[in-house]
Amino acid sequence: MQTIGMALKSIKGNKARAFLTMLGIIIGVSSVIVMVAIGQGSTKAVQDQIGSLGTNVLTVSITGSDVTFKEDEANQIQEVNGVEAIAPTISGRVTVKNGQTNVYVSMIGTTSSYLNVRNLQLQSGRFIADLDHENHSKVAVLGADTAKNLFGLGDPVGESIQVNGTSYKVVGVLESVGSSLGTSGDSTIIVPLSTGQRLASTTDIESVYVKVENENIITFTSRLIEQRMSTIVGAADNYSVSSQKDLMEAASSVNKTMTFMLGGSAAISLIVGGIGIMNIMLVSVSERTKEIGIRKAIGAKRGNILLQFLIESVVLSALGGLIGVGIGVISAQIFTLATGTTIAYSVPVMLVSFAFSLVVGVIFGVFPANKASKLDPIQALRYE
Amino acid sequence: MNRTEPIIQIKNMKKKYELGGETVMALQDVSLDIQKGDFISIIGPSGSGKSTFMNMIGCLDRPNSGKYMLDGEDVGKMKGSQLSVIRNKKIGFIFQNFNLISRLTAIENVELPLIYRGMKAMERREIALESLKKVGLVDRAPHLPTQLSGGQQQRVAIARALAGHPPILLADEPTGALDSKTSREILEIMNSLNEQGHTIILITHDLKVAKKASRVVRIHDGQLYENGGEWFADNRNGTEKH
Repeated sequence: MQTIGMALKSIKGNKARAFLTMLGIIIGVSSVIVMVAIGQGSTKAVQDQIGSLGTNVLTVSITGSDVTFKEDEANQIQEVNGVEAIAPTISGRVTVKNGQTNVYVSMIGTTSSYLNVRNLQLQSGRFIADLDHENHSKVAVLGADTAKNLFGLGDPVGESIQVNGTSYKVVGVLESVGSSLGTSGDSTIIVPLSTGQRLASTTDIESVYVKVENENIITFTSRLIEQRMSTIVGAADNYSVSSQKDLMEAASSVNKTMTFMLGGSAAISLIVGGIGIMNIMLVSVSERTKEIGIRKAIGAKRGNILLQFLIESVVLSALGGLIGVGIGVISAQIFTLATGTTIAYSVPVMLVSFAFSLVVGVIFGVFPANKASKLDPIQALRYE
Repeated sequence: MNRTEPIIQIKNMKKKYELGGETVMALQDVSLDIQKGDFISIIGPSGSGKSTFMNMIGCLDRPNSGKYMLDGEDVGKMKGSQLSVIRNKKIGFIFQNFNLISRLTAIENVELPLIYRGMKAMERREIALESLKKVGLVDRAPHLPTQLSGGQQQRVAIARALAGHPPILLADEPTGALDSKTSREILEIMNSLNEQGHTIILITHDLKVAKKASRVVRIHDGQLYENGGEWFADNRNGTEKH
């Protein structure tokens, strides 16, 4: 206790130097916290978005360019055991016009089951019906952003829009889903599959969303679908079957690597900070040689002196660590306010980086403290 | 006073140093008994082995051979941390240049030896205040050494030496850095401490200072001579070179 008091006193006695000494640790700890907060924030954002698509959804994509995969063939997937619903889609980019307002959005041509399979919600109106598909109806469901851009706050349902120059009737508007990796989110327009094929001028199906009866059989069902696909389109590199979980894992493994690298480089700056502490402690030992001599003459044992300097360096690094955590949290907060990026604080990371700064204090404090404790009192007393 | 049990008993103490390949016998063969309650001064010029002898008495260094009994304990063969404990319990140091820790206030400096005994803060403060009272500096307790005059600093140092109630006060040129008026004050304090029963060992090169003691021994070329005071009186040519 008394030793801690002494250490605090000597730190207080030289505030500017103490602050500069701590600076390395402060920067190290706060950058670890900011980096990890940003890294984990983006992991979380991606996972939330992918997760919202539903963990019981598989995506069958046609990757081969010279493969023909038509609607009838896509419908065969429906027959696979465990499949609840499928939504074959075709996509493209189209220009949508309402009066003078023009937007360039992604078009999805699909069937009525898409709403259920993709787990989407309608803001108003209705979704594509089977009848629309059969009749090649020129009807459209607008994504939330598309609707807002074309109609502002007004209700688009029942209004008429121009898609690539042809008149379409708006039948519904989707609830916002947010933007996500690869999917265009809210800047979309959904039309019946048959209409979409006409717009994209192809009868091929690009991908099929498959809703599986329940999450537990997703791996098994995925394998069954792969078998079925290989009988339909042949070689395995012509198609791919992926679950949202696969996507999530891929995305988070990328993020994990990123977080790890960011955290690692920040950890190096912590070590550099520790070397800074060691430097200052060594200077402080030689500056206070006389004091050490006095203390020893008066009855301080080696252990007392060792502890005094060790505690001083640990107090410095702990204080630096605490300030670093504070600055880290504040700057991560500023970052998210300024850029709108999602961040996620990790309490374990804060604790670990604080603990690490303590360890740095001990490791880099041992050498100077040991040097101080070994001083010969006679020599030290003579030192001016 | 009981004169049969010396508080310090030094027998055939020898100490040599290696200096650039040359062996210097700093203490040739020194024997000395000091009784409890004595006020003894050890006088000698620089290079006489005076500092070495002081380091020995102060348990800051160990002799090569010989016996050193301090207050009933054989300290001649003790190791570093044992010597720290002995210094803390048995010896109150008073240095020429005061050797106060400049970052600590007067009272914190006085508390220092008690800290290394593991004494509780309340008790420590009380004893330190009492010590400061003995040297008349209670009102300066919260001052830093730089805010005190030289004489006051030395009185704080004396208070620090007294705080641990050591059986021996070891003063190394306590007036060396002070003007003559303050020197007299400090010596008076030491005199009155001796009258209160403290054993005082005063190391100096100044005969006038040495003569304040009831017993003066002379150290020369690593050897001790009794009746140092008389010897100096007979050799008027001074205190510097012999």
